[in-house]
Amino acid sequence: MIFNIPYLAVVALILIGLYAVLFRRNLIKIVIGVTLIESGVNLFLITLGYRKDSVAPIYTSNPNVNQAMALPVPQALTLTSIVIGVAVLALMLSFIVHIYRHYNTLDVRKLGGDEE
Amino acid sequence: MMDYLLYHSPALIIAIPLLGAFLTPLIGRINDKLRNIFVIIILGLTCYFVFLLANDVFTNGIRTYVFGGGALTVGSGSSAYAIRILFEIDGMNAFMAIIGCLLPFIAVIYSWSFMKENTGLDKYYTLVLLMTTGMLGMILTGDMFNFFVFLEITSISSAALVAFWTNKKEAVSAGFKYIIISAIGALFVLLAIAIFYGQYDALNMAVLANNIQYTFLDKIALVLLLAALAMKSGIVPMHMWLPDAYGQAPSSVTLALIATTQASLYGALRVCFTIYGKQLSNVLNQIGGIDFTLSSILAILLVALALITILVGVLMALKQSDLKRMIGYAAVAEIGYMILAFGAALATMDTTGALSSAGDMALKGGIFHIINDALDIGLLFLVAGAVYYATKETSLNRLGGLARNMKYTTVFFLIGLLAVSGMPPMNGFASKILIYETTYQINPILSIIAILSSILLLAVFVKVFHSVFLGPSFKEYSNVKEAPKTMLIAMAIIAGIIIVFGLFPDLILNNIIAPAANALVKPEVYINRIVGGVL
Repeated sequence: MIFNIPYLAVVALILIGLYAVLFRRNLIKIVIGVTLIESGVNLFLITLGYRKDSVAPIYTSNPNVNQAMALPVPQALTLTSIVIGVAVLALMLSFIVHIYRHYNTLDVRKLGGDEE
Repeated sequence: MMDYLLYHSPALIIAIPLLGAFLTPLIGRINDKLRNIFVIIILGLTCYFVFLLANDVFTNGIRTYVFGGGALTVGSGSSAYAIRILFEIDGMNAFMAIIGCLLPFIAVIYSWSFMKENTGLDKYYTLVLLMTTGMLGMILTGDMFNFFVFLEITSISSAALVAFWTNKKEAVSAGFKYIIISAIGALFVLLAIAIFYGQYDALNMAVLANNIQYTFLDKIALVLLLAALAMKSGIVPMHMWLPDAYGQAPSSVTLALIATTQASLYGALRVCFTIYGKQLSNVLNQIGGIDFTLSSILAILLVALALITILVGVLMALKQSDLKRMIGYAAVAEIGYMILAFGAALATMDTTGALSSAGDMALKGGIFHIINDALDIGLLFLVAGAVYYATKETSLNRLGGLARNMKYTTVFFLIGLLAVSGMPPMNGFASKILIYETTYQINPILSIIAILSSILLLAVFVKVFHSVFLGPSFKEYSNVKEAPKTMLIAMAIIAGIIIVFGLFPDLILNNIIAPAANALVKPEVYINRIVGGVL
C-alpha cells in the first residue's frame, strides 16, 4: 500500500489540475492547472522507474555493484518533459501579459464576449 | 550518391529545416530578400528529400532509419533494449510527409508579399521552419516519446505563429486557447506513453504494437491518446480552438496549421490502426449474439463524432459573418468527413481483422480526403488572405464587388468553393464520392447526412462568393489592386494540384493512396520490419 502513494499523488495532481483548467476563471490559475497536470505526469514517469532500495544509475559513484539501480530512461524522459514544460509555461505567461495589455483583465468570462 | 542521400533522407528531412530555422535570423541580418530566398530554398530542399523518400517507399515498401548507430538495440540477447530513436516510414508516413512539406513550402512563397509589411519577420520564418520540423518529425517517427517531443515543438511554434499579430487582441486570445489545448493534449499523450512504458518497457511503436495486451491500463491509454489527438485535430466537441486559431492566424500560417492538424489526425490513425491494430478484432463483449469487437466500438464512436462534427461545422459556418471564421468552421466539417470514412472502414472489419471491399474503399476515400481537405481549405484561406491584404477587411458585411478588380483571386475562390463542396471535376468530388458510396453500403442515413451537408457547404460558399466578389462595388474598394504575384503563384500551385487531382483521381488513388491504405490495414508489416527484422 505504501508504494502506491506516489500513484495516488499522481492521480490527485492530474485531477486538481484538470479541475483548475476547466472551472477556474483566472488565466493565471488555468496556467497553474496545466503545470499541475505536468507535475503529475512527471511524477508518474519518475515513479515508474524506481525500484525499492535502488540508487541513482551512475556506475562510477556506486561502490556496491550488486545494488539495484533506478531505471535511467524514465528520468531522461522526465528531464525532456520538464524542459519542454518550461518553454510552454513561458509562452503561456507571455500570452497572458499580452492579453492583460489588451483587455485589462485576467477573467476568462470577459475575454470572448466582444466578438462582432 | 543517390543511394546515400536516399538512405539518410529521413534524417535530412528533419535536419534541414531545423538547421535552416536557426540560420534564418543570421541571414536576415544581411538582407531581407536573401532570407526569403533562403527559406524557400530550405523548404524546397526538404520537399525534394520528402519526394525522394516517398517515391522509394511507394515502390519498394517500408524503410527504417536508426539514429546514433546501425543497430536498434543496446546490449545483446535477453538483455537487449530497443531504446534507440528510430524513424520508420511506410506508405502512410510518406503520404502524410508529402502534405507536411508541400503546405509550408507554398505558405512561404505566399508569405513573401503577404507578410512584407510586418516587422519581426526573422522570427516568423524561424517559427515556420520549426513548425515544419516538428510536423515532419511527428509524421516520420517510429518512437512514441519522440512523437511527444515533436508534438510539443509543433504546438509551441504554431501557437506563437497564431498570435503573431500581437496587436490584435483576438489573435492573442486565440493563441492562448491553442497553447492551453495543445499543452493539455500533449500531457495526455505523455501520460499514455508512460503507461505503455510501465507495462511493456518499450517506447518503440512497432515493439509496443507487437506486445500490447489490451489490459485495463491500455484502455486508459487508448482513451487518453484518442482524446488528446482528437482535441488537436479539432473534432467536435473539442473544436472550439480551431475556428479561432485558423481565423486569427495570418493566412499563410493557417495553411501550415492545417498540415499540423492533419499530422495529429495521422497520430490518431497510427494509434488506432497500428499500435492497437492487433487488438482491433478482439471480441470485447457479446450482447444477444452480436460480437462487439474493439473495431466496432471505435467505429460507432468515430461515426457518431463524425456526424456531429459535420453538422456542427456546417451549421456554424452558415451563421458566421467573418470570412476566415466561416472557412474555419468549414474546415471542422471537412475533418468530420475523414473521421466518417475511417469510422465506416472500421465498421466493416471482421473478426480476422480484414476490411470488406467497401471498408477498403472507405479507408482510401478518407485518406484521399486528408490531402484534398488540406488543399481545398488551404486555397480558400489563401484567397481570404488575399482579400484581407487588398482591403484590410474580413467581415462579410463590409465586403463586395471585388471581382471587378481581383480577377484571378475570384477564379481561385471559385475553384476552392467547388472543390470544398465536392463538385466535379475538382478533387473534393473524387474523395467525397468514395465516402458517399461506401457509407451508403453501411447505412444510407450516413451518406444522406454527408451529401446534405456538402450541399449546405456549397450554399454557404456561394453566399460568400456573392457577397464578397459579386454585387455592387463599394466606393472604398474602387481602386483595390489584384493580389501581388507571389501570392497568385502560391494560389495557382494549389489550384493546379486541385484540378490535376480532380481530373486524374485514379492516378493518385493507385500510386499514393493505395500504399497508404495498405500500410494502415496491415499493422503486421509495420511490426515485423522492426520485431524480427532490425531487432
